[in-house]
Amino acid sequence: MQSSTATAGVAGVPHRPQVAAHFASLEVQNHAARLGMWLFLATEILLFAGLFVIYANYRFLFPEAFALASRELNLNMGTFNTLLLITSSFTAAMAVHYAKEAKNKQVVLMFVLTILMALGFLVVKYFEYSHKFHEHQLPGPYYAFPGLTLPGASAYFTIYFLSTGLHAFHVVIGMIVLGWVTLKAMRNEFSHHNYTAVELGSMYWHLVDLVWIFLFPMLYLI
Amino acid sequence: MNELLNNILFLPEQASTFAERVDRLHYFVISVTMLSSLVVGTAAVFFFFRYRRRKPNQATEYVVPSVKTEFLFVSLPLFFFLTWFVIGFRDFVFVSTPPKDAMDVYVMGKQWMWKFSYPEGPNGVNVLHVPANRPVRLLITSRDVLHSFFVPAFRIKMDAIPGRYTQTWFEATKPGTYQILCTEYCGLSHSKMLGEVVVLSAEEWDAWVKEQRKGALQNRQDALADLSLEPHPARMAEQGQKAAAEVGCFKCHTVNGEPHIGPTFLGMYGRTETLDNGRNIRVDEAWITQSMMDPGAHLVAGYPNVMPTFQGKLTGPQTAAIVEYIKTLRTPDIRTGASQGPTYEPIQ
Amino acid sequence: MSPSSSIAAEPGAVPAPDEHHEHHPSYLVDGTTLKSWLLTLDHKRIGVMYLIWVLLFFLIGGIYALVVRLELLTPGPTIIDAMTYNRAFTMHGVVMIFLFMIPAIPGAFGNFMLPLMLGAKDVAFPRLNLLSLYLLLTGAVIAIWGMINGGMDTGWTFYTPYSTHTTTTVAPILFGAFIIGFSSIATGLNFIVTTHTMRAPGITWFKMPLFVWAMYATACIQVLATPVLGLVLLLVVGEHLFHFGIFDPAQGGDPVLFQHLFWFYSHPAVYIMVLPSFGVMSEVVATFSRKNIFGYRAVAFSSLGIAFVGFFAWGHHMFVSGQSTFNAGVFAVLTMLVGVFTAIKVFNWVGTVYKGAVDFKTPFAYFCGFLYFTVFGGMTGVAFATASLDVPWHDTYFVVAHFHFIMVGATIMAFMASIHYWFPKMFGKMYHEGWGLVSAAFIILGFNATFIPQFLLGNAGMPRRYYEYPERFQTLNVASTAGASLLAFGFLISAIYLTYALVYGRRAASNPWRSRGYEWMTESPPPTHNFVGPQPTYPEEPHFYVEPKKAEVPDAV
Repeated sequence: MQSSTATAGVAGVPHRPQVAAHFASLEVQNHAARLGMWLFLATEILLFAGLFVIYANYRFLFPEAFALASRELNLNMGTFNTLLLITSSFTAAMAVHYAKEAKNKQVVLMFVLTILMALGFLVVKYFEYSHKFHEHQLPGPYYAFPGLTLPGASAYFTIYFLSTGLHAFHVVIGMIVLGWVTLKAMRNEFSHHNYTAVELGSMYWHLVDLVWIFLFPMLYLI
Repeated sequence: MNELLNNILFLPEQASTFAERVDRLHYFVISVTMLSSLVVGTAAVFFFFRYRRRKPNQATEYVVPSVKTEFLFVSLPLFFFLTWFVIGFRDFVFVSTPPKDAMDVYVMGKQWMWKFSYPEGPNGVNVLHVPANRPVRLLITSRDVLHSFFVPAFRIKMDAIPGRYTQTWFEATKPGTYQILCTEYCGLSHSKMLGEVVVLSAEEWDAWVKEQRKGALQNRQDALADLSLEPHPARMAEQGQKAAAEVGCFKCHTVNGEPHIGPTFLGMYGRTETLDNGRNIRVDEAWITQSMMDPGAHLVAGYPNVMPTFQGKLTGPQTAAIVEYIKTLRTPDIRTGASQGPTYEPIQ
Repeated sequence: MSPSSSIAAEPGAVPAPDEHHEHHPSYLVDGTTLKSWLLTLDHKRIGVMYLIWVLLFFLIGGIYALVVRLELLTPGPTIIDAMTYNRAFTMHGVVMIFLFMIPAIPGAFGNFMLPLMLGAKDVAFPRLNLLSLYLLLTGAVIAIWGMINGGMDTGWTFYTPYSTHTTTTVAPILFGAFIIGFSSIATGLNFIVTTHTMRAPGITWFKMPLFVWAMYATACIQVLATPVLGLVLLLVVGEHLFHFGIFDPAQGGDPVLFQHLFWFYSHPAVYIMVLPSFGVMSEVVATFSRKNIFGYRAVAFSSLGIAFVGFFAWGHHMFVSGQSTFNAGVFAVLTMLVGVFTAIKVFNWVGTVYKGAVDFKTPFAYFCGFLYFTVFGGMTGVAFATASLDVPWHDTYFVVAHFHFIMVGATIMAFMASIHYWFPKMFGKMYHEGWGLVSAAFIILGFNATFIPQFLLGNAGMPRRYYEYPERFQTLNVASTAGASLLAFGFLISAIYLTYALVYGRRAASNPWRSRGYEWMTESPPPTHNFVGPQPTYPEEPHFYVEPKKAEVPDAV
């Protein structure tokens, strides 16, 4: 989605980015990039919306099983993960701020922190998943948790794994995208004239965080 | 007029009260459609000739529709569409609302046949007998995948969904035999899943019912015919309780939740049981039926393998009735989830 | 570069050819290596590649259709067995919908024309555009591989629980469709951003050609609806492979939930298929009537209206699935609204011909077929929406006839019109007009002969997806198959003379139709960067024909 390319900064001074031939001006190019990213975020929201609908449907059909199954989740880990992601969103936003001021070193720092927190999120998720595997709290036919045998319990865990799995997949993608933008920052590319890549990467990261902010109450709190 | 349109449009005969209503709307819609298409088409063709290009660079007038014209173009179709909606929705509500005194028939679609069962009568495979001029409610489900119960002559259709019951109803107006077709793709022999509704006049119906009760066999396609000579209780669940008592189920299964020689019937339906091979299953009609026919095949863990088989001792309808009976034994806080067991309530 | 002669002052006139040919080669010859095509960022080349591939997919889908129709010549087995038949109709649907109908007009003509119509040099994201094409091809390869390895037999709607239990090759085909979904999203995203950000100075929203409005509405649907399909495809493939039980009643799942999620995409999807064709028809009718569009804003807004209301109508596919009567009523009314928007368009198109100057060329012949098919197809849609009429018709051949009237009748007529209307624009050549009219006649007549019997079959009660059928349906089935061969013959004729024209056709003028469409304000075929010389001056409004222009490009080269 990026159309702007910037040549690597020489002696620490970021260059003006090139405007692609078909755009009227740099402003138009940046505007187009931002609009494109917003539209892409809209598609991601609709993707996850389907999973929320599925949850709602089965929650209505199996209210007790779902309520009890949700108690089985580790609220501490979930809350910690939520705090991690929210903080990582903050650092991502700070990165945009620093990029506008051409402070590329701070941009790198902020994004590295974001990626580390994402990694922490995934590590916590790993512990949560392995606990579930251990307890046989698994999707569909693999469900064998003796502590909850109401019908519908396996559906809960199917939805749990599908939603958090899809979300974790997007976390990984976000890490890769941010990693790539970090590399560009290391080459000192960003400045007031050119911070679009930072902004778009950060927007994507905010979406990943936003999805979790909805997933967390849906799975852990209700 | 009705006959003429019926023939031109290749419609099947109208053999139910709903068919007559549906066809009336059909004729209304199609005549307006044909007429308006004719008008639009004629106008268009006329324009093509009248306004053909006479010079290569011919200029044309700048025509802007007045608000009145646009309003007309919007309101005229909208008027017709909404009229049709009102009529159509009224008829749709009609076919979705069985009358209070409707006779119930249970329909089960299964790859690739239809099974019918009456609360107080025999069951049949692929052939459904009903009286004329009496409303009949169909309670439809499926054993496996989606099917759809369609009788063109009655113009009724309803999907057969595994795990739940759907309902529709009809009142047949003419004695005769009408085809049933499956209208939801269900696999290899979807197009062979045909059946028949045999509509009998009042006297013929009474005679037929008497025959069934006497045990005389007519055109059965399998051995699921009910050979019992006694009149049966009206509801399947009561039938099932009676059958269970007769063949001795209660010797090993309680109905109050206490464990005994076998798992308790209370809350059995819909429960997730762990089998002796470690697998989990969710108890449904198929599993209960199999447990009666082949108990050792899927034994619940923790129970001895002492249940005798009832193959040959219980007829098909009796087995189904026992299943229905077990389904009524639910604790208040266990939902049967997506499988909405039949409630057997008379229509309110 | 100063244009010469008196042509210069005319708005929209193309600079005289001689001065520019040698400096600005057409996009077709600007780079002749395979790599320059395969890695092009030029929206025109991408459009041409889309065109080639969707035509190939159309052929594949068409072959499946012929197999199906041949099998239906007799009530019993004819040429293939039941399982093969079940696969054949499934593959016909999957290939036609996902590999042809969804990408065709947006991918081939949207790509080519949108920047030209907006006075832009390219779409907003050319690399994404190329990726879009390759995603379509990747998904198609995966799906076709699945087809070759047996193919699935669930019907293109792959309802659960059958689709999660069947042993046929569901996974690769649905996964291929999943990849193609990304292509669709990318195209939609690109078009929306292009429309917002790349209009030339002077082209405001209400000076955009109606094709752009239609593509914009289509793009909105593509972006918002396709992700839900993506999710559903993923879930069904997952359930097929791992048996999660989300849609399987034996494990507490809900098959009707699948239907809701599936149709939430698939109903707007039919508007993805048909809205672009409405846009093309607006262009064609204005050009060949040589007249302004009757009610420009109404047509523009009705495109948006269809896109919007189309999202709320999905339940009309589920009237007999056991959902509540109230639901059915809501969906029925909302579906009617879409009919109103379509009616607005039909009246405005006919109104455009009023007091026009009709030149009955091949694209206009397709417009005639299109008009008739849209009215009939659309009216049967309204009839379905009454809910009670849907009860006997659901899942019978009446449905099949209805959607083929719209998808083949409307969309493919528009697709053929696009090819013929924009043939000189894209390739600089002209096809033989006589053969154009002949093939249009065959296609329109063949189409009627194929699908009108199917309306009657549906009335008579013949269900869809039937391999064998009761004997009383045979006559109509034979009639339908006969029609199908006429239809196929018509397409064959057009394939022949169009290919001939591509190679040996006479060189076309830059604007042979004397159209005032913005895409004609540059040479045909256009140079790589679309516009050379000064920015074209745009007229007061699109499709504006009030005064004759002194010259709209001399005829022959």
